[in-house]
Amino acid sequence: MSTTTSTSTTMAPAPTSALNASRTIATAARVLRQLRHDPRTIALMILIPCVMLFLLRYVFDGSQRTFDNIGASLLGIFPLITMFLVTSIATLRERTSGTLERLLAMPLGKADLIAGYALAFGALAIVQSALATGLAVWALGLDVTGSAWLLLLVALLDALLGTALGLFVSAFASSEFQAVQFMPAVIFPQLLLCGLFTPRPNMHPVLEGISNVLPMSYAVDGMNEVLMHTDVTADFIRDVLIVAACALLVLTLGAATLRRRTA
Amino acid sequence: MMNYSSVRSEPPDNPAVRAEALNVVRGIRQVLRDLDFTVPRGQVTGLLGPSGCGKSTLMRAIVGTQAKVTGTLDVLDRPAGHPTLRTRIGYVTQAPSVYDDLTIRQNLDYFAAILDPGRGSAERRHTNVTHAIADVDLTSHADALAGNLSGGQRSRVSLAVALLGTPELLVLDEPTVGLDPVLRRDLWNLFHSIAAERGATLLISSHVMDEAERCHRLLLMREGEILADDTPDALRHRTDSETVEAAFLHLVDEAVAAGRKKETTR
Repeated sequence: MSTTTSTSTTMAPAPTSALNASRTIATAARVLRQLRHDPRTIALMILIPCVMLFLLRYVFDGSQRTFDNIGASLLGIFPLITMFLVTSIATLRERTSGTLERLLAMPLGKADLIAGYALAFGALAIVQSALATGLAVWALGLDVTGSAWLLLLVALLDALLGTALGLFVSAFASSEFQAVQFMPAVIFPQLLLCGLFTPRPNMHPVLEGISNVLPMSYAVDGMNEVLMHTDVTADFIRDVLIVAACALLVLTLGAATLRRRTA
Repeated sequence: MMNYSSVRSEPPDNPAVRAEALNVVRGIRQVLRDLDFTVPRGQVTGLLGPSGCGKSTLMRAIVGTQAKVTGTLDVLDRPAGHPTLRTRIGYVTQAPSVYDDLTIRQNLDYFAAILDPGRGSAERRHTNVTHAIADVDLTSHADALAGNLSGGQRSRVSLAVALLGTPELLVLDEPTVGLDPVLRRDLWNLFHSIAAERGATLLISSHVMDEAERCHRLLLMREGEILADDTPDALRHRTDSETVEAAFLHLVDEAVAAGRKKETTR
């Protein structure tokens, strides 16, 4: 064994993480191209929310009011869950297949990679949410007081939040099995506490306190604001900003989990 | 393709890779111990040794993806991992790292867009991609999904990605493993033509000793240390052996004997 004092290799300064538009778009196009070779996944992502809403409408056949409440919340929750699942598996694959290591050894900024994923899945989320919202509002008679466009906006932000959470969580999963198990771990508590089952003020104060710091609560609140008010309320703006800020925060955390150097 | 005869700013005698007191720790295990070596420019250098001796870790350190590297490691006159090196090094991992749910051409198109982005270079990218696919003899499969290819074909796709952008240093981790003899010969011819025509430096690892004869220089590794750094001829001559394999075994025996001696004198 040598005992010479070893000097650490001078670590190169972090490259400018400024977004490169061409690399971001190339990444988004690549992710969409991968999905195109997997039509079954696309069909499942897009059809399942519609089928669930359809089911829900006739489960609450006798009480249209309940369908309005739960239906609007679900329009926000579906994109979050789907994008969470898809992103966590997709990035886990990227990590385990060695393509992530290869990309990070190339001149690709972490921000380019993440923005590329967000762009691709965002586009998919628009299609999914547009179909689900259209079906709910026009075919199933979901009674929204506000604009359906606002529903779509919240749905899109939720999709972004799902992508962010999925990306972040994939860093802690070493297999697809673990990644899938993170879904109940990360999503179910939020689902229980977001006000879908019972209004949040009716919960035990401790749980209400917890629900106040979970982003999905604000996603559902935002949906309910649109449901009940004709115009854009201050509460709606607050909800939307919180969801967007959470998504950005988690995306930043996710970016920190992409390491160029690994053990 | 890009012009091969671009004038290089550094003198050719400046090594492509220079390591001094290089150490790498993974977990509690010291994988590389105090390595000192150089890899000359414009030549094919073979990195040989049994599996598990640290070849891959050394390669990862050179391309800058290995954590916990201490000591000096300069690559193309920059510290390893320097951002400007990312376009100048081509790296192929041992397991093929390509997207199984894309076709060969789509895989290469994407990596080419990362190396050489922008709409202005679309035509150059297209030529580069077509050349890289031809270089690894996969033109007839260009539109097949990578996931449907055989293991050897997938590793050639992975190699083609590294050939994009005409890198100055190619680091190839066991690129010929599991390939048939004809293909292996063709790939080695390709490696030599890359070195000769582009003046590129190639560092190629293998645990198959007969491939050593095809290299200009050899780095023989064992248990995280470098046993020899020489030309194949000099190695055989020095150890009075017929083949590089015999030379390697001779050096291992020597090292083991020296180790025992050290133990007893302690």
